[in-house]
Amino acid sequence: MAQLEIDNLSVEFRTRHGVVRALEGVTLSVARGEILGVVGESGSGKSVTAYTVMALNDEAAEIKSGRITMGGIDLLTARPEAMRELRGREMAMIFQSPRTALHPIRRVGKQIEDVLREHANLPSRDLKQAAIAALARVRIPDPERRAEAYPFELSGGMCQRVMIAMALACSPSVLIADEPTTGLDVTTQAVIMDLIRDMSRSARMSTLLITHDLGLAGEYCDRIAVMHAGHVVEIAETETLLDHPAHPYTRQLLAATPVPESRIESLNSIPGQLPDLRSELPPCRFSGRCERRQPICDEQELPWTELSPAHVVRCRFPL
Amino acid sequence: MAPLLEARSLTKFYPIKRAARGAKLHAVDDVSLTIGAGESVGLVGESGCGKSTMVRLLGRLIDPTTGQILLGGEDITAMSQARFTSSPGRRRIQIVFQDATESLNPSFRVFQAIADPLKRLLDMRNADEIERRVRATAGLVGLPEELLQRYPHQLSGGQRARVGIARAVAVEPSLLILDEPTSALDVSVQAVILRLLADLRDRLKMSYLFVSHDLNVVRLLCARVVVMYLGKIVEIAPVEALFTAPRHPYTRALVAAIPDPARRREARPRLDGSPTSPIDPDPNACRFYGRCPKSTDLCATTMPPLRAVGPSHFAACHFALSPVGGNP
Amino acid sequence: MSLVALARNTGYAFGENRLTLAAAIILALLALCAIFGPSIAPFDPLTTSATTKLAPPSALHPFGTDALGRDILSRVIVAARLDLGMAISAVALSFVVGLALGSLAGYFGGRTDRIVGRAMDTIMAFPLFVLAMGIVVALGNSVANIIIATMIINLPFYCRFARAEVNVRRDLGYVEAARMGGNGPLRVLLNHIIPNILPPMMVQASLNMGWAILNAAGLSFIGLGVRPPTPEWGIMVSEGASFIISGEWWAFMFPGAALVLAVFCFNMLGDGLRDLLDPRRRV
Repeated sequence: MAQLEIDNLSVEFRTRHGVVRALEGVTLSVARGEILGVVGESGSGKSVTAYTVMALNDEAAEIKSGRITMGGIDLLTARPEAMRELRGREMAMIFQSPRTALHPIRRVGKQIEDVLREHANLPSRDLKQAAIAALARVRIPDPERRAEAYPFELSGGMCQRVMIAMALACSPSVLIADEPTTGLDVTTQAVIMDLIRDMSRSARMSTLLITHDLGLAGEYCDRIAVMHAGHVVEIAETETLLDHPAHPYTRQLLAATPVPESRIESLNSIPGQLPDLRSELPPCRFSGRCERRQPICDEQELPWTELSPAHVVRCRFPL
Repeated sequence: MAPLLEARSLTKFYPIKRAARGAKLHAVDDVSLTIGAGESVGLVGESGCGKSTMVRLLGRLIDPTTGQILLGGEDITAMSQARFTSSPGRRRIQIVFQDATESLNPSFRVFQAIADPLKRLLDMRNADEIERRVRATAGLVGLPEELLQRYPHQLSGGQRARVGIARAVAVEPSLLILDEPTSALDVSVQAVILRLLADLRDRLKMSYLFVSHDLNVVRLLCARVVVMYLGKIVEIAPVEALFTAPRHPYTRALVAAIPDPARRREARPRLDGSPTSPIDPDPNACRFYGRCPKSTDLCATTMPPLRAVGPSHFAACHFALSPVGGNP
Repeated sequence: MSLVALARNTGYAFGENRLTLAAAIILALLALCAIFGPSIAPFDPLTTSATTKLAPPSALHPFGTDALGRDILSRVIVAARLDLGMAISAVALSFVVGLALGSLAGYFGGRTDRIVGRAMDTIMAFPLFVLAMGIVVALGNSVANIIIATMIINLPFYCRFARAEVNVRRDLGYVEAARMGGNGPLRVLLNHIIPNILPPMMVQASLNMGWAILNAAGLSFIGLGVRPPTPEWGIMVSEGASFIISGEWWAFMFPGAALVLAVFCFNMLGDGLRDLLDPRRRV
C-alpha cells in the first residue's frame, strides 16, 4: 500500500522572466518500507517535487493541478498549521550540505531537542536523553559528548548523521533525502547511505531518495523514477530500469554514467540541451533531443505506457 | 626515457599558530612520484589527504617545505614560485580548476580569459595573432565562436568547463593538472567533457594528472592511479590492478565504497570514522592505524614503506604482500 | 565595457529602479550648478545690498536674501561647486589611496598587512575635527588642507573594505589561474582582482559622498576651511542659524535643504551604481 502518493502534479513558478513550468503531470508513489530513487539532472524538477511534498516552496510557486496524499491525508489542501505539524513528525527531510543545513551556533544536541520539543510528546526533562538516544541510533560514537558539539566542530559525515538523527527523531512515516551525500567522500557516502537504508527498512518508512547519481540509486533503491525537464519519464524496479530501460532518455543517461566497465570511447553524451521551461513546450519535453522522434510526438498528448505492472514509461515509442 | 615530471620527497608543512609551539600540519609528507610523457596519472583520496596541496605543489603555486620537483630533468624548485611565474617553464605546467571554486574571472569575457595567458606566457603582442590563436583554441575545445564575447555568468556549466580547459591548453603545456574538472557537471555534460579531455591529450600530446573523488571517472581516463591518505601515498598501481586487486586496506575500502548496482545485494565492508589528525602525526605509526580493520602493534610502531607488491604496483602496508583480491 | 554596452546597461539599471533614476537626475542638476554656477546664477553671489537684507522669498529672490542682502538662490547654486568639489576630491583621493593600500595589505598579508593596519589604526584614533584643526594649525586654513584632512580620516574606510574584498578573492580559482597564466602579483591585483572589487567599492564611495559633504559643511560651519564671503552651504547654514529665533527661516533652510538633498541622492545612487557595475548583471 502506498504511503506517499503524488498524482498528476503540475507546478509553475512566476518569475520576472516569465512563468517556469517546473513540473508537469508528475505521478509517483512510495510504499511503506520502500526506497524510491528520483533520478535526474539539474533542471529535471526532482528537488521541486520534494519541496512541494513538504510544502517548502517559496511564494512564487503555484500548484496548477494534482494531488499529494500521505497515509490518506491530502497534503495540498491541508492548512499551513496542519502542515507544520506534519513536517517533522510524520514527514521529514534531509538536505544537501549538512553543515550549512544545521544551525551554526547551536549545539547539535539542542537542535535535536528542538525537533523533539516541537513534535514529540515528551516531558522536558526527558528531551536531553532522547536526543542522545537519537544520536546513538545513527551510530555516532560517544553520543553524550557529541551532543555538546557545534556543527563546525563535526565532519561533513557527522553533520549528515546529525541531520538524519533530527529527521528520524519522531519516527516519521515518510523520509525525503535530497542529495544527502553530495560533497561527502565516497567512503562516508557509503556509510551514510547504508545507514539511511537500514533506518528506512527497520522503521518501515517510505523513503524518497533524490539524486543525480544513477549508480547510487542503483545500489540503494528498490524502484527508480527518472525525471527530465519536469516530467517523470520512467518508473521501474531498479534491476529492470538498469537492464531494460524503456525510455530513450533513461538509456542515454545510463550510457553516459561511468561504471567500472565503461570505456571512454563508448561513454555516451546526450545531444541537445534541456528545453527552456519558460517557453511553449511540446507534449514530450525530450522530443527535441530524441533520436526516435516522430511528428506525432510533438502533436499529441503524451501517454503513459504500462509495460508491466511495475514498469511505466511516458513515451509513445518505448524501447 | 626520462619522466616528464619527477617529484622527490615532497613535503609541505603548515605551522599552526594557535596550537602548541612548533605544531605543524602535515599536508603532504614525503611524497615521491613520476609522470611520464603522454601518461595519464590519477590522484585519489578523501578530503584532507593532501591532493589539493599536491595540485598546488606540482603546479608550482606554492613552494614545498622540502623536496624537489624536476621538470624534464630540470629542478624547478630551485627557484621560488614567484620566480617560476616569469620563467619559461611556467607554460609547461597548467591547471584546469574546479568550476565550483569560481575558476573564471567574472569580469573577463571568454576571449580575454583565453588570451591572457597567451599574452603573458607566450609574450604575444600582435592582436591578430592573439585572435587567431584564441579562435583556434576555442575550436579545439568545441567552444562556439559566438560565446567568445560572453561573460562566465552567461555560460552553462559545460561551456564554463570548456573555457577553463581552453585557457589551460592555449599555451600548449606538457603537463595538464586537472583538479576535479567535471565534478560540478551533469552526467551527460561530464561525458562530453571527458571525451574532449581524452581527445585533447592525444592531439596535444600532454601528460595528465587527474585529481578526482569519482573513481569511475579516474578509471576511464588514467593509466596509473596514486592513492593518498593523510599526506602520504599509500598505493600506486596500474588502473585495472588498483580496482580489481587493491593491496592497501584503505584502497580496498575506497573501491568497495563505489556505488555498484551489480552488488546491491551484498553486504560490503565499510570504512567508518574519520582520519586521525594531520597535525604532528606520529612519525612511527602508519597513518591508517586505528581506522584500518587490521591495525596491529606493528602498525603502531613502524611506518610501512612504500614498496613493490607487483608489476609497477606499490603499496605502503606491512600486510600488502598477502595475496588477496578485492576483499580482506 | 564598450560605450554602447555601458549605455544599454545604464538604461537597464535605471529602468529597474525609478528612485535611482530620480536621484541621478537631481545629482546631475547639482553637478550642472557646480560646473556652470556663476553663469546660471541670477545674481552675483557676492554682491551685498543694505536695502534688501533678510528679505523673505519672493519672485525676485526665490530663496530670499541673507543678512548682507545677498541672493540666497544664487549663493546656493554657486556653493554647489565648492561643496561637491571638496567632497568629490576628498572621496576620490581616499578612494585611490585606500584602494591601493588595502589591496596590497589584503593580497600580501604578513608584514605589509600589519604595517598598513597600524597606520589605519592610528588614523582612526583621531576624530575628524581634531585632525582638521591640527592640520589647519600646522599648514594653514585653506580649502586644500581641509580636503587633505577629510581624505586622511576617510582612508581607513576604503582601506579596510579593499583589504577585505581582496582577501576574499585571493584564493579563488581565477586568481590561481591568473598566476598560472604568468601574471606576477601586481598584475594579478591590477588586472584580475581590482576590476572585481571596484563595483562594491563604488557603492561605498557613493554612500561615503554624503558623509564627505556633511563633513566639509561641518568644518566650514566651525570656521575651518572655507571662509566668508565665499558661498558654501555649511557657512550659509552657520550664518543663517542665528536668525532662526527671529523667524527668518529662509536663511538657513535653503542651504540646509541643498545639503540634505545632495546627501540623500548620493545614498540613493549607491544601490543603482552597484547594479550598473556588477558584471553579473551585464547583458
